[in-house]
Amino acid sequence: MYPNPRVVEFVTAHFIPVRVHVRENAAEFKRLGDRFNAHWTPTTLLIDRSGTERHRIEGFLPVDDYLSQLALGLAKAAFAREDYPAAERLYRDVVERFPDTDAAPEGQYWAGVSKYRVTNDASALKATSQAFRDRYRESTWAKKASVWA
Amino acid sequence: MAQEIQWTRDFDGALSSADGKLVLLDFSAAPY
Repeated sequence: MYPNPRVVEFVTAHFIPVRVHVRENAAEFKRLGDRFNAHWTPTTLLIDRSGTERHRIEGFLPVDDYLSQLALGLAKAAFAREDYPAAERLYRDVVERFPDTDAAPEGQYWAGVSKYRVTNDASALKATSQAFRDRYRESTWAKKASVWA
Repeated sequence: MAQEIQWTRDFDGALSSADGKLVLLDFSAAPY
């Protein structure tokens, strides 16, 4: 994943990258692995400045799937800091930029939730549920959104 | 554009200098 120029560009633009090697940095792997309950490689954690984990990627993924998960992490971090306009935009970016990944239906769901948080208008949730009839209707997220119909 | 990711090994230092960015902590067994 990491030699890919798109991954290099995305990581460089959005994150401070820290690598801990399971053997070459064994003590640090033990310390941070215990702290974040991460005991498998590859594992990528996205952590905010308070030290709180905002997203986790376990196992290898192809480039688009990996990038979509990183983008999902950015959106989750915005949601966690209650910046719902940014969260909605970032979740919709996931759907638009990575429409064929598992992250896309999750992004579609949470974009609707983020919009609802901004507007307090339940029509945002209903519209999200309806959107799942057109796209990602077999996904777990479509089932979750179905209660909003 | 950077040709490769400029990794640091200093997690605590990265966290303290995060300044709005998220820290990407990668646990790897791959060769450097």
